[in-house]
Amino acid sequence: MIEVLRFRPRRYVYAVNNVSFALREGEVFCLVGESGCGKTTTGRALLGLVKPTGGRILYRPSRELAERLGELGVVFEDGFVDLVSLGRREWRLVRREIQVVYQDPYSSLNPRFTVKRSVEEPLIIHGIGDEEWRDRRVREMLEAVRLLPVSEYLERYPHELSGGQRQRVAIARAFILNPRLVVADEPVSMLDVSIRAEILELLVSLKSRLGTTIVFITHDLATARYVCDRIAVMYLGSIVEVGDAEKVIREPLHPYTRALIAAIPEPDPANRRRMRELPIKGEVPSAVDLPRGCSFMPRCVVYDRADPRIKRLCEERRPGLARVARDHWVACWAVS
Amino acid sequence: MPLLVVEDLRIYYFTGRGVVRAVDGVSFSLEPGEVLGIAGESGCGKSTLAWGLIGLVPPPGRIVSGRIVLDGVDIVGLSEDVLRSRIRWKRISMIFQGAMNTLTPVYTVGRQMVELLRVHGGFSEREARARVLELLDSVGLERGIFDRYPHELSGGQKQRVTIAMALALDPDIVIADEPTTALDVVVQAQILNLLKRLQREKGISFILISHDLGVIAELADKVMVMYAGRVVEYGPADIVLRRPGHPYTYMLLRAFPRIHGPRGRLEYIPGAPPDLRSPPPGCRFHPRCPFRVEECSVREPSLRDLGGGHYVACIRAGELQFSV
Ligand SMILES: Nc1ncnc2c1ncn2[C@@H]1O[C@H](COP(=O)(O)OP(=O)(O)OP(=O)(O)O)[C@@H](O)[C@H]1O
Ligand SMILES: Nc1ncnc2c1ncn2[C@@H]1O[C@H](COP(=O)(O)OP(=O)(O)O)[C@@H](O)[C@H]1O
Ligand code: SF4
Ligand code: SF4
Ligand SMILES: [Mg+2]
Ligand SMILES: [Mg+2]
Repeated sequence: MIEVLRFRPRRYVYAVNNVSFALREGEVFCLVGESGCGKTTTGRALLGLVKPTGGRILYRPSRELAERLGELGVVFEDGFVDLVSLGRREWRLVRREIQVVYQDPYSSLNPRFTVKRSVEEPLIIHGIGDEEWRDRRVREMLEAVRLLPVSEYLERYPHELSGGQRQRVAIARAFILNPRLVVADEPVSMLDVSIRAEILELLVSLKSRLGTTIVFITHDLATARYVCDRIAVMYLGSIVEVGDAEKVIREPLHPYTRALIAAIPEPDPANRRRMRELPIKGEVPSAVDLPRGCSFMPRCVVYDRADPRIKRLCEERRPGLARVARDHWVACWAVS
Repeated sequence: MPLLVVEDLRIYYFTGRGVVRAVDGVSFSLEPGEVLGIAGESGCGKSTLAWGLIGLVPPPGRIVSGRIVLDGVDIVGLSEDVLRSRIRWKRISMIFQGAMNTLTPVYTVGRQMVELLRVHGGFSEREARARVLELLDSVGLERGIFDRYPHELSGGQKQRVTIAMALALDPDIVIADEPTTALDVVVQAQILNLLKRLQREKGISFILISHDLGVIAELADKVMVMYAGRVVEYGPADIVLRRPGHPYTYMLLRAFPRIHGPRGRLEYIPGAPPDLRSPPPGCRFHPRCPFRVEECSVREPSLRDLGGGHYVACIRAGELQFSV
């Protein structure tokens, strides 16, 4: 339903460099990676909040939206519009179908808005329904995110809610327009472990019921495993591996994905005091002085052991995503 | 003989809107060379406990009662002067939560470390410089870091500096409060490897605080699980993490996403931790506990000895047995 073809955001040259992926309708697609690798930037590009300098983001709108965009003179190719080419007026319409849930439930809600007002806001912005209808819709949504009994929450302010409850409000707000795509940027990483699964379950059950597609951004591969159909692993602004979630986690092929998985601690006392083998060198370098070839090279242990022919490729050419199996793509000269 | 014994420690915050019972009757002991892991959700009192152990509870908080016995001497009630000159940094040091962001931005890393050694350790400038270089080596940093400013370092490097500072005066006990929480997973694993190595080489006793049971499992010999200001389970890591006796520990382990093994279903604990100004009566976990019985809402369970150094504070302790 959406296809991102190589984009670079304008404001900072290297934040997102070489990203392409296609979303399938109704799936949960995860963008995973360490901080600063460009997950949020990619998400913001999908929301039209940063404008890529290059590349295209192709989106296939609903029939109704397509008609309205057509009236504004937007050009379609095979039923897709290029989101990057849209102006402000067109984006206002598109935003009805592409919504967002942010990471920080403490800053994403307006502190002066009641729960009711926060959740109703998108309906008001887009001028949908009369007051009575909107009120009914808000109650439905609060019920769907299990803020029960609804009447107890309608008039509360954010400071009267726990982090988990705020995140439910944010989810209700994101889904109230019945969007086709929701970008959820680390929606549980600020919540306690004990309640994370409840919020994740809510998100997944809402999307299953409504047929929404979700782009789920997280730094935690283990969490991704429980919510995602497919996973894209990002490193320094590029996708280095993408594919079926369980495949990427059980048979990781890119040296970086392997290192990420090896680094994740598990509550198993068998690991106690055992030095963890980390097949990776050093720390993430600044994105400003990327090497010419593969940006992972300075940290890559596979490169160190590779034969001269591969080494030369790593040094000189940026590896692109290549298909290695059904639904599994890897950007590494040593793999493809 | 234990190095540290904490008995029935209570630390409350006296706020305008009520008394927050952040640490409410906590007891444990630490043997020389042992690593105690303290786990629990945010707000359960872990950091407050750590501040209590080094006499740095921020106002309006204070230690209300209990004993902290270090090598046979109760340090509760010692004056700030004595704590500063004899205990802090030298006997017990602490890596604070988010410490890497509290390095003073206007001084070089070396300068800050030298000052610490001079002020608290009575080192001369020359001795201090030599010691700092040694410390940088021991935490795996290049000596060139000495002349760098904190903002020039990565998160992992800054955390190594704060670890070096905690080790500077050869303390018996190092408290590490969420030492890797702000770090990326690869850097976290590197720092945990460093802590493992230091622990082995120097035989330091660690108190490792984390909300992340995975991090705790990497190092801890013993695990203490806190809930709403109280200890709910305490015992050898092998038992607490594999065959916990408290419903809260069990459910926390089930809520933990795992990268290996079968995927299973991720469980969650309904509800949220209570407001510590008015915790629920009886067992503080009862409003969220699927195993509760009637008695749970009226009687507060105390820690029961299940043998082998395993203690559980649950009315159904011993009867409920879990395996993870
Ligand atoms: N407004 C901005 N101006 C300049 N650089 C930026 C800006 N926003 C982000 N960047 C840079 O772009 C890169 C990618 O940032 P982004 O926020 O997308 O990463 P992320 O993967 O979401 O990280 P995190 O896990 O920390 O949220 C980083 O190097 C960041 O410093
Ligand atoms: N300076 C303070 N004043 C009042 N209450 C505080 C203060 N610091 C912490 N608290 C409260 O004490 C409780 C325990 O907090 P803390 O020790 O930081 O928990 P943890 O480290 O386990 O997350 C929480 O309810 C918190 O809100
Ligand atoms: S392309 Fe070369 S440097 Fe890059 S990840 Fe593969 S082996 Fe390593
Ligand atoms: S005492 Fe009762 S409510 Fe508390 S943990 Fe045990 S069973 Fe659950
Ligand atoms: Mg981000
Ligand atoms: Mg804390």
